[in-house]
Amino acid sequence: MDTRRGALAVPKVRRVGFFTSIEPPPDSQRPNRSQSGPVEATTSSSPLSNSPSGNLISPVLIPPSRHRSDNLTSRAAAPVPVPGPSAFRRHLAHDRSLHVGSYNPADSLLGTSPPSSIGEFSEDSVSLFGFQRSDSAKLSSSFPNGGFDLTLAVRAPQESESRIANSSASQGIKKNVEVSGKSETVTTQSKKEKESKSLKEKTSKAERRAIQEAQRAAKAAAKGEGSRRAEDSGRANPGKAAKQPQLKKEKLPVTSSVSEKKAAVEKERKMDVPQTQMQYDDKNRVEKAKKRAVVEQTESKNKVELFLHLPQYERGNQLLNLSSNIFTLDTIHHAVYKVGLLHLAGDISGDNARCIAMLQAFQEAIQDYTTPPKKDLTMDLTAKINGYVSFLIECRPLSMSMGNAIRFLKNQIRKLPGNLSESEAKASLCSEIGRFIGEKIVLADKVIVQHAVTKIRDGEVLLTYGYSCVVEMILLYAHEIGKKFRVVIVDSRPNLEGQKLLRRLVTRGLDCTYTHINGISYIMREATRVFLGASSIFSNGTLYSRVGTACVAMVANAFSVPVIVCCEAYKFHERVLLDSICSNELGDPDAIANIPSFRTNAKHSKTMENKKNLQYLNLMYDSTPSEYISMIVTDYGMIPPTSIPVIVREYRREHLLL
Amino acid sequence: MWRRSPSFILDRHSSSSPPMADTTRVPFQNPDSISAYYQARAAHHGVISIDWLAQAKAAVGDVSADEQLNSTVADLGTEKSFNVIEEFNNWRKQPDLAEAVAAIRALAAVIRASEATTMMELEIELKKASDTLKSWDKTSISLTAGCDLFIRYVTRTSALEYEDFNSAKSRLLERAEKFGEISCKARKIIAMLSQDFIFDGCTILVHGFSRVVLEILKTAAQNNKLFRVLCTEGRPDGTGVLLSNELSKLDIPVKLLLDSAVAYSMDEVDMVFAGADGVVESGGIINMMGTYQIALVAHSMNKPVYVAAESYKFARLYPLDQKDMAPALRPIEFGIKIPAKVEVERSARDYTPPQYLTLLFTDLGVLSPSVVSDELIQLYL
Repeated sequence: MDTRRGALAVPKVRRVGFFTSIEPPPDSQRPNRSQSGPVEATTSSSPLSNSPSGNLISPVLIPPSRHRSDNLTSRAAAPVPVPGPSAFRRHLAHDRSLHVGSYNPADSLLGTSPPSSIGEFSEDSVSLFGFQRSDSAKLSSSFPNGGFDLTLAVRAPQESESRIANSSASQGIKKNVEVSGKSETVTTQSKKEKESKSLKEKTSKAERRAIQEAQRAAKAAAKGEGSRRAEDSGRANPGKAAKQPQLKKEKLPVTSSVSEKKAAVEKERKMDVPQTQMQYDDKNRVEKAKKRAVVEQTESKNKVELFLHLPQYERGNQLLNLSSNIFTLDTIHHAVYKVGLLHLAGDISGDNARCIAMLQAFQEAIQDYTTPPKKDLTMDLTAKINGYVSFLIECRPLSMSMGNAIRFLKNQIRKLPGNLSESEAKASLCSEIGRFIGEKIVLADKVIVQHAVTKIRDGEVLLTYGYSCVVEMILLYAHEIGKKFRVVIVDSRPNLEGQKLLRRLVTRGLDCTYTHINGISYIMREATRVFLGASSIFSNGTLYSRVGTACVAMVANAFSVPVIVCCEAYKFHERVLLDSICSNELGDPDAIANIPSFRTNAKHSKTMENKKNLQYLNLMYDSTPSEYISMIVTDYGMIPPTSIPVIVREYRREHLLL
Repeated sequence: MWRRSPSFILDRHSSSSPPMADTTRVPFQNPDSISAYYQARAAHHGVISIDWLAQAKAAVGDVSADEQLNSTVADLGTEKSFNVIEEFNNWRKQPDLAEAVAAIRALAAVIRASEATTMMELEIELKKASDTLKSWDKTSISLTAGCDLFIRYVTRTSALEYEDFNSAKSRLLERAEKFGEISCKARKIIAMLSQDFIFDGCTILVHGFSRVVLEILKTAAQNNKLFRVLCTEGRPDGTGVLLSNELSKLDIPVKLLLDSAVAYSMDEVDMVFAGADGVVESGGIINMMGTYQIALVAHSMNKPVYVAAESYKFARLYPLDQKDMAPALRPIEFGIKIPAKVEVERSARDYTPPQYLTLLFTDLGVLSPSVVSDELIQLYL
């Protein structure tokens, strides 16, 4: 049990490397556990949360390949980046000579700390730099009683120098303490020196508060040009606060130009780095996203720890009022809004259907679009589409194929020749979207059917799982051209998508067997081929599909039944997927909590709902390793899973340019 | 964009649609159920069994029948298709010439004889010819692959590159000529590449008679490598006997095994060499019956299995299991009379999945099985 808990804690600790927040530790809802140390450390990533247990865990983690400034120290205090050990040591020379103003190149690393946090910090990067300038000795040198501070300034670096070898974490804390520049901290510091190391790291609540206050003060001081405001906030030490802005003023021109440059660089890098999924266990970003959100979703209560990074909401309660204000919204086109609601309600399922619905909504939106005066169509439309996309994401996380389609659309917008009139541009975009739907989805399906049918011989038993529209087309077409075969449909709760397929096949006169996934190992010995649909295929050949697919593929492999995956090439993704945890989707937990035929349903679920030690996990997708897949049928023919990267490489340009 | 994919299935579908092709094809359907490919191979190897004699007689009869049919059809005015198969059979008689090369030469003859005036016409004509060839012997993978390859080349070298049709035509002819040279060169290249894998004192198990494998062993012997070869008997063609005969001429120590003695002697084997009739898209190979078995034994005993195959044997096929391909039947002679009610498995080849192969020696380099598909995609898409 303990080891499992430890394993569970890892992804959360990894989060520390990328994200931090100044928020206080989360509510006491989390049950007290023996190993709550790392959990606490991660969730309450206040600068002082660097408890020893957190440090203990870190060696296990994959170190994020970042700048050296992004070591534990700066990670721990990421909201207010502090120079790493090297930077700090370089500071010492300046500090001793009390030289203040020079630009230290080592500082340049600070701004580029975790890129994920750039978005939040870039706005007040000036203030950040100002703050860094007024680091340790510089700050203290501005104290009224300079003599005392000077000694401190000299002493403190020495101290930390000796400590660099010991623990970088404690150094980070130390520096933060120094930064606070308060007379109380001086006393605590001297106290600390006497104390043992482990004790040092445990800072009291008052200290933590002092530090936070100091940080806030510094930030405010940097932001506010007028000294009065700084005075207000820096009430604890008016002398310091009064002097700080002066310091800032000296450096402002330098830092601002530097930060501008840096912002440009960061922007460039941001363009290069593929957009990552939002991590929903990152409180800061979630808060930000909520402010922007159109759809107000209530988060469900008991989430499974391993999947905290995925969004999970309670379903169904907001649909009504959302659908009522469909006519009042002006930021989002009504067609897109409708599609979003359909996604939210789960009325559209299946990747192709979702993608087509989205593209058609975009088509409609583009047709109704008029460029506002003094704005560029390319820029404005891209921004509009971005807005739509984020709305759709709020409704339901996008699938990989939708991501690819959006990428295609944005590329088309970017590629629009400048000399086109607005109506022409709109028409060309709409026709491009239509072409994408026609060629990449509809025609691709037809080609796949043609290919796959050659693999069906008379007298075979084909097994399929869930519902995939391509597989349905294959089976119907094979029946149409007179092949004699039998179909086994394997299904699973809670969606029971297989029933839809079963109904359609039976009405067309196919021989069918229907079973649930529990019977897979029994029914597999009858099967001669397994046909599976796909949500996406990654470039290492990993199949990302409806949850349960991996199980079916593995059992088929154990029975040496060939597994054939049918997937349109526009669903291929150049990323690599190793597990089902990193990227997945959480469904409605109630769906698995409530069993439709269960008599005491309401009562039962109510009693279970309030249980704190019960977590429902309704995963939507899973990943099947490529070794369980015999063949992938795409619009480019039948290929082994090892050839996905070739298709992605050879046709990515075509994908984008079409 | 999907139109550009020369998906073999679609091709086949579209080719069956014109009624012209149908009428011409039916007479040329190889009348015997015996794979023509294997007839030719048996002729090349010159292994004469009682069965083979009977077979040869039948084959001669067939050819004459074919010719009669051809002439009748020729009277009807479809000379082209007549030319193709005739031409192909002529080329095929040369024992050193690979089937694919013969096919390409035959297609080149079509170009030469063609009276087309546009590239499109020529393409259609070629397509028809290649379809006839392919349907004449559906069992030969390298014939199909060779035809596909050449057609691909023709469609890629569109007239756009050349202002004038005649220069394009001569370029195609040149290319066809080159193919023969390439095929001879390919064997040399493969032999050179594989030398690094043969070390002194090793024991090599060889299954079937492959000209490439023979070339490899020959080169190794010329390089004064000391190695021993175990040959399987290769029933019923006796290909192993033939190979051991060739090898003993080169003074290579060789030992002949029964086909069933493979597992018994696998522990003294260091590596397994095999040729291939065709290399399929998954990276597996289609080869003479027994290869799969040997690969399985070698895999379970952790011995490397090396396949030597020219790149024109790469075919856009993807069999999922053994029965998933057109069976190439051959006569099997058991020496004694077999009761009429007993069924005989006459299939001549099997499919070895890629996970049992270690490396493929091709003229494109030494490839792992998964690279085959990459090459094929680049070649055909």
